[in-house]
Amino acid sequence: MISGGMGGMRQWGRSGLDSEQEGDRIYDHEVIVRLMQYVKPYWPKVLITFITILAYTGTIMAIPWFVQMIIGDYISNQDLSTPEILSGLDRLVAVYVVIAVIQYITNYTHLRIMAFVSQQILYSLRFDLFKHLQRMSMSFYDRNEVGSVMSRIQNDVQQLQEFVSIVIVTFGDILALAGIVGVMLYMDVGLALITLSVVPLLFVTLIIWQKFARQAFVRVRKTVASVNSGLQENISGVRVVQSMSREQTNIRRFGRANYDSLDANLQAGRFSAALIPSVEVLTALSLALVVYFGGIMVETPSDVGVLVAFALFIQRFFDPVRNLTMQYGQLQRAMVSGSRIFQLLDIKPDIRSKEGASKLVDFSGNVRFEGVGFHYRSGSEVLTDVNLNIDAGETVALVGPTGAGKTTIVSLMMRLYDATDGRILFDGKDIRDVDLESVSDFVSFVPQEPFLFSSSIEDNIRYNRKDIQRDQVVRAAELVGAHDFISNLDTGYDTHVSERGVNLSLGQRQLICFARALVAKPKVLILDEATANIDTPTEILIQRGLNELLRGRTAVIIAHRLSTIRSSDRIIVIDNGTIVETGKHEYLVDKGGLYSKLSNYS
Amino acid sequence: MHQTDRSSKILARLIGYGWRHKLHFFGALLTMVASTFTVMVIPSLLGIAIDESVSSGSKSDLLRLALLIVFVSLLRGLFSYAHSYLSESVSQRSAFDLRNDIFTKLQGLSFAFHDKQQTGNLMSRATSDIDAVKWFMSMGVIRGLSTIVMFFGVSSLMLVTNWRLALICLVFVPIVIFRAIHMSKLLRSTWMNVQIETGHMTTVLQENLTGMKVVKGFGGGFYEAERFANRASAVSQLTYSATRLFASHSSLMVLIFTLATGVILWFGGREVVNDRLSFGELGAFILWMGLLAMPIRMIGWLLNTITRAVASGQRIFEILDAESPVKDRPGAIEISSIKGHVKFDSVSIAYDGKSAAIKDVEFEVQPGQLVAILGSSGSGKSTVVHLIPRFYEVTSGSIQIDGHDIRDITIHSLRKNIGIVLQDVFVFGATVRDNIAYGVDNAPLEDVITASKIAQLHDSVESFPQGYDTWVGERGITLSGGQRQRLAIARTMLLNPPILILDDSTSSVDVGTEYHIQQALSSVIQGRTTFVIAHRLSTVRKADLILVLDKGRVVESGTHDDLLEQNGFYQRTYELQLKPQEQLATSENVNSSEVRQ
Repeated sequence: MISGGMGGMRQWGRSGLDSEQEGDRIYDHEVIVRLMQYVKPYWPKVLITFITILAYTGTIMAIPWFVQMIIGDYISNQDLSTPEILSGLDRLVAVYVVIAVIQYITNYTHLRIMAFVSQQILYSLRFDLFKHLQRMSMSFYDRNEVGSVMSRIQNDVQQLQEFVSIVIVTFGDILALAGIVGVMLYMDVGLALITLSVVPLLFVTLIIWQKFARQAFVRVRKTVASVNSGLQENISGVRVVQSMSREQTNIRRFGRANYDSLDANLQAGRFSAALIPSVEVLTALSLALVVYFGGIMVETPSDVGVLVAFALFIQRFFDPVRNLTMQYGQLQRAMVSGSRIFQLLDIKPDIRSKEGASKLVDFSGNVRFEGVGFHYRSGSEVLTDVNLNIDAGETVALVGPTGAGKTTIVSLMMRLYDATDGRILFDGKDIRDVDLESVSDFVSFVPQEPFLFSSSIEDNIRYNRKDIQRDQVVRAAELVGAHDFISNLDTGYDTHVSERGVNLSLGQRQLICFARALVAKPKVLILDEATANIDTPTEILIQRGLNELLRGRTAVIIAHRLSTIRSSDRIIVIDNGTIVETGKHEYLVDKGGLYSKLSNYS
Repeated sequence: MHQTDRSSKILARLIGYGWRHKLHFFGALLTMVASTFTVMVIPSLLGIAIDESVSSGSKSDLLRLALLIVFVSLLRGLFSYAHSYLSESVSQRSAFDLRNDIFTKLQGLSFAFHDKQQTGNLMSRATSDIDAVKWFMSMGVIRGLSTIVMFFGVSSLMLVTNWRLALICLVFVPIVIFRAIHMSKLLRSTWMNVQIETGHMTTVLQENLTGMKVVKGFGGGFYEAERFANRASAVSQLTYSATRLFASHSSLMVLIFTLATGVILWFGGREVVNDRLSFGELGAFILWMGLLAMPIRMIGWLLNTITRAVASGQRIFEILDAESPVKDRPGAIEISSIKGHVKFDSVSIAYDGKSAAIKDVEFEVQPGQLVAILGSSGSGKSTVVHLIPRFYEVTSGSIQIDGHDIRDITIHSLRKNIGIVLQDVFVFGATVRDNIAYGVDNAPLEDVITASKIAQLHDSVESFPQGYDTWVGERGITLSGGQRQRLAIARTMLLNPPILILDDSTSSVDVGTEYHIQQALSSVIQGRTTFVIAHRLSTVRKADLILVLDKGRVVESGTHDDLLEQNGFYQRTYELQLKPQEQLATSENVNSSEVRQ
């Protein structure tokens, strides 16, 4: 995307990140353990959450109990006089209201704290992923599509968002289940055991169900993915489709994929639809048991309270089970996402600062290649034995066919990759012994296709150098010849550059990139010259800007323009990964080597 | 008024999609009503059971009741199974139809439409907007009706049992509904902000990744991380406040219903003491209140589903209703093999009524001639060649091929006769062979290889692990820029078209390859009318006709020698760009000195 010469840098082989990972587990130990690391810093909050969940669960238990007491001990108590019943009723209802309020407070508190913690966790995950991506070397980006990397930070983290809340709710549900069982046993052991006799049945149903449902949900995920990739491909490739008149074939094919997905969804739909009624029938079964056995046990009207309470408990009891099964697909997805996130975080950046690497200081701009070789896979060398000394302040033009290794040479200087043979020296210091970040204080880069960020022009020129003032930005723009068109814009330097700079012309964007490089006051400038055909006035402007940019610093240019090549101090001709000729234009033309051959070819 | 009018039109149209599956639609409605009724009966049965056990406690009566409860629940289970499956079926089938419609539409819409749309945007209509419609079908339409049935059913049961207690219970209802609606509005706007902020975060992320080389070149990693952190933390903050809002809302709802139960106990207890209510009825009331909670709490949510469906439906119908000016006229003729005579007759085209992109372009090309088109960025070169296969519709004037106005020819047969190598090479996720044979059904391998050889791709393919069966594109091997270009050329060569258009197609091919392609092309262009967006003197010189474009007009036209004499734009371009190349074609990149538009 940045340079036309990337052909040589691309290696083939499957992309580093699996774009689609199969997974059907709803519990992945490793993912949970890793995730716990992120939960750790918030343990006091998590503790409070657990306490409030406990309290909340307690109130949930208490309410049916109260109903039982109100009905059993007072309303239906024939031993009490009416005024006694009524005053007892008032008292108990008052306590009931207090419990309801406590329930409200604990409910709100735990939801709120949990939301806070889960957002913090997601934020940390996103941020860690992003920082991690900044450390990955260019070879990672050669291997992975931007889209699939992006979906790690966006979709996968998003999936975990649901996950965290499901885990919390499930935790509460389990507590509630335990509580309900406890209270039921306390109220009436016999009736409780009869009611709970349905539970084994429930588990058997769930186990059988999940065996089938698991496959159905995996199939849904796969078919939906294939529908989406069909859409994606035929939308972004629509121009080719139309130029080849392939519409009908594609529509047929898409229809098939779409139908597959419909079929899978309907199948999964049948499974989902089957589960809830089954759970409900089982609920009803325990209710019926309570009615029959409870009804027999009722001797006094005050026992009625127990009956009502049990009816309420049974409703509550099956709710968590139902919730859990409804979230089944979600849990599967979350586990897959979790393992994908950690897979990315586990990829070690292959270029790092060495232990105790010193910062580059007072760099004069002398660059030296000593026997430098580079390859992705041994056997297919991209560069071999490159020896080159560039004096401080010298302008060097790299020339040669695509895939010759020009882009690789400049990429090695920026330490986007590490040489596999030999070494590169800055003022005699091996760049691998220098602190990685400090290199960019001295080296600036102008890409072939001007790349702008969507922020103001001023911020684009300043980029990461926050200490640079407005007047320095303006000064740089003036020097490269960008000031005039910038000040002609309605909002001048504050003009917001829209996505990939479309509201500026190519030449204007190029000039802003020049200014950005200039403002960084680099000792070494690396420039991948634009090949685009720009209208003549802009062309002249760019030429002037370039001269200003090159003044007084070491420059390595992947050159395409005759004027640039001619005005350089030295031309380096690269072919097949090595330097074949060096010298001035006239000398090389006379020499009759590759350079002159390339020159004569038209 | 207009707003609601339009909304209801969109909803009606969406429901129309569900209506196509009438049987399932009705089935879902019927079973839904049936299951709602059975659900309401259960508390009554329980109430009767309670009273029964208090008064007599006869075992057989209780057994009958218990069995009745199980039976009703089985019925309910059956109904609810049918209802969930059928409503899922209606919503999935509607989504299926919509997706097919959108896909078919998108394949047919002209370049003018696609130029204005981003893939991501169209994708989100075909995915998340359709999801919203799916929700609307199953949850909005069918569940919505069930909610209403449930509400009125339960209320009337309560009223019949004890109207005083029922009225007291129902007092809560308007308050809760009002709050639910209010909350859903608040939540919607909060979530909207979350969406917007997420968009900002995505932009930072995407730019960072696409511009990674610049970021690294300037050591901007920390700076970028800081930028991202700001956006990500804003997303977290907003999501948190949305969730907090939701938490406060939902816990308040729980509180209200718990209090309502308290009121039932307090007031209902008095009614029982006064013998106006039985124990069983009191129990039933409490359970009914639980049933009532569901539909009422769902109201806010239901409204959200409907509002979302309106917005999504609008976005979907925007695509489905987009009119493409490029379509077959009634009575359009099929052309089989053409000679390749092309004539532009005062052709102009303007996008969206803006100033014309192409103005009064006139030229005539004889079969087999080579036309070179020159001009700077934005001069309209690509537009001119894109008009020939009718990717865009001319605003005025006409284009004729072999004497037929191209609008009188079926699009399919027109394009079958024109091969175009586009600037943006698109590689499909398929094998190399399928990618080359993209435009021809069941092309034999020999033909694919022949085309591939012409495009100088064959040797590269041979070096791939599985040759022509190697998977390329996403999830496959990555092709270099040059390989992609050659793939596109091979693809076109396979069509063997009478008219060939090369839209800046050799821009990222290296010198050696380009030389070979040029050689191949010079044999390929024999006997075809060829249009080349030219950047090489060798091509330009050979051309039978050179068109120099500036700001959408043909400013000069003629042969190389003609134009040099005119001392105009061409002569300047020649001096500035073509001639230096001739002196120094140092790299393939020199050749690509045309702008990628």
